[in-house]
This record gives sequence, structure tokens and C-alpha cells, in this order.
Amino acid sequence: MSAQFSVGDPVHVRAAYPPGHVRTPYYCRGKSGVIVRFCGEFRNPEELAYGKYEGPVSPMYRVRFQQNDLWDNYSGSPDDHVEIEIYEHWLEQVI
Amino acid sequence: MSDHHDHGEFGMYEHDPLHKHPAQPDLEDTPLTHHQIMQMAVADLLIEKGVIEADELREQIEFMDTITPARGAALVARAWVDSDFKYRLVADSKKAGAELDMDIGPTPILVMENTPKVHNLIVCTLCSCYPRFLLGYPPDWYKSRDYRSRAISEPRKVLAEFGMELADSVEVRVHDSTADMRYMVLPMRPDGSEGLSEAALAELVTRDTMVGVTTPKT
Repeated sequence: MSAQFSVGDPVHVRAAYPPGHVRTPYYCRGKSGVIVRFCGEFRNPEELAYGKYEGPVSPMYRVRFQQNDLWDNYSGSPDDHVEIEIYEHWLEQVI
Repeated sequence: MSDHHDHGEFGMYEHDPLHKHPAQPDLEDTPLTHHQIMQMAVADLLIEKGVIEADELREQIEFMDTITPARGAALVARAWVDSDFKYRLVADSKKAGAELDMDIGPTPILVMENTPKVHNLIVCTLCSCYPRFLLGYPPDWYKSRDYRSRAISEPRKVLAEFGMELADSVEVRVHDSTADMRYMVLPMRPDGSEGLSEAALAELVTRDTMVGVTTPKT
């Protein structure tokens, strides 16, 4: 599986709420950020947690978000950021 | 009873030697949680099925118990005295660790360098992921819901509670350790440390400076 996104690409995190062992924090779902690093390909934790060890691995990225985009009334500087590891199936292209 | 041995009814004891204090509870007196039972069951199964041996499990626990933040501090001190090493540490901490005969473990650890413009802070909002191969076990506050929720949403207030005030001109960059990477902060070398040896510099690098809740001081 080749990586769909490159460093610098703007991305949108799916606003999805599936049950199970999901490693995408709630606070970034539905938010937009920028790819800052390709971390490699890993097994999907949502499948691993239920014993699925076969099949393709998934690209995983570090995505940078502006704090002001994540929280209402963020009290720090507008330059403050958060970086989170997100698997590709949680990311959508920003058109 | 002679005058020389007059210690009262119970001799040299101030209290009745048979007086019972409340017993300190044994480990087994605290009810096991669901996940403790699961962990014990999985360990038993792995051993019974021959996947691992009891001695391997014991050895790994013993090894993890030996890790202290001194490992991370050794990497930071080397980076402070050797800028080429710092570059390699930030690029690939596993290879850089191997130069110091240090195995940083199976999970990649990304080293985040503090600069005059960026201050890095590490948290795991989902659980308690931590760079254990470099810092040992996390402190209790790192695992608390309070730190996990507030370090991400109001990091400057959390830093202030740890005694650290940052100018607005310094970006606070929080790294949420949610998946397959771990993070360690590479703090800035403090002013006044110019004449110190690498070993003395490592002494300045505490656990909290590598989580990012404070900075090294001379």
C-alpha cells in the first residue's frame, strides 16, 4: 500500500465514531491539519485489538493541528500546535 | 525490681509489646481489577502454550525495572557536546542510541528538540504511552486523567503549575503519543553550563526535562 499523502499536504480527519480500539483521539475528529511526517506502515490497531494479524499494513502519519482549531477559547498563543499520529484510513484529502 | 531497671510495667518498651498495630495489607488483600486478571491470564497462557518461558518474562520485567532517566540523559548530554550526534539523534534515535551501546527498544522514539522558538511537551491522552526504554516507568501524574486532558487542551496552564512560564512568542508544541511512536524531549542546554563535562551535563537532565514540563537548570 503506497502512502496517499505527502509532507505538507493539508488533511481532514474523518468525523467518525466507530466502536472498538480506536487510536484517533475524539478532539481531532472532524478537524483539519497538515502532514508533518510519514511514520511508516503499521498494522491497524482497530483490527489488531481483535486478533487480526494478517493483511495489508497501513501508512501512518504525524499530523499537526493549530490549537485554536481544536479547542474553543484556547487560552495560549495562536502559534501553539498539537501533533498526533493518525492512520491513513482516518484521513481525507482537503479539496 | 531495682532502681536501675525501672522502666515501668513493660520494661524498656513504652507500650505493651503485645499491642497490635493494624496489619499492613498484603498485595492480595486489594481486589484485582479486570485488567490485572486479564494480564495474569494472558501471561499464564503464553507460558503454558510455550510461546515464552517464565524466565524470559521475569528477565524482561527485571530489565525494565533497571531503566532510569539516566539513559535519556546520556543521549541529551552527548547531543549537547556533539552537534553532529544531535543531528543523528533527532533523525534516528535507534541508530544514535546504538552509538552509545544503548538499545532503545522495539518502538521508535522520536526526539523532539526544544529551541528558543519551540517548546515541546509529551502526553498520551488515550492511555500512558511513554518512552520507557529511555526514561523508565512514567510518574503517576503522567498517567492521571488531569494531566492527560489538560496537557493537550491548556498546556501553558499545566506548565505554569510545574513552575514554568513561557513567553507567548515561544510556540508550545504538544505531542500526543497515540499510536506506534514514542517521544522524548531534547531540552536546550542551559546557560552557565559551558565548562561542564558530558557526565556533569547529564546530571542536569532530569526526567521532567525530557517530558517537557520543565527545563534543565545549572
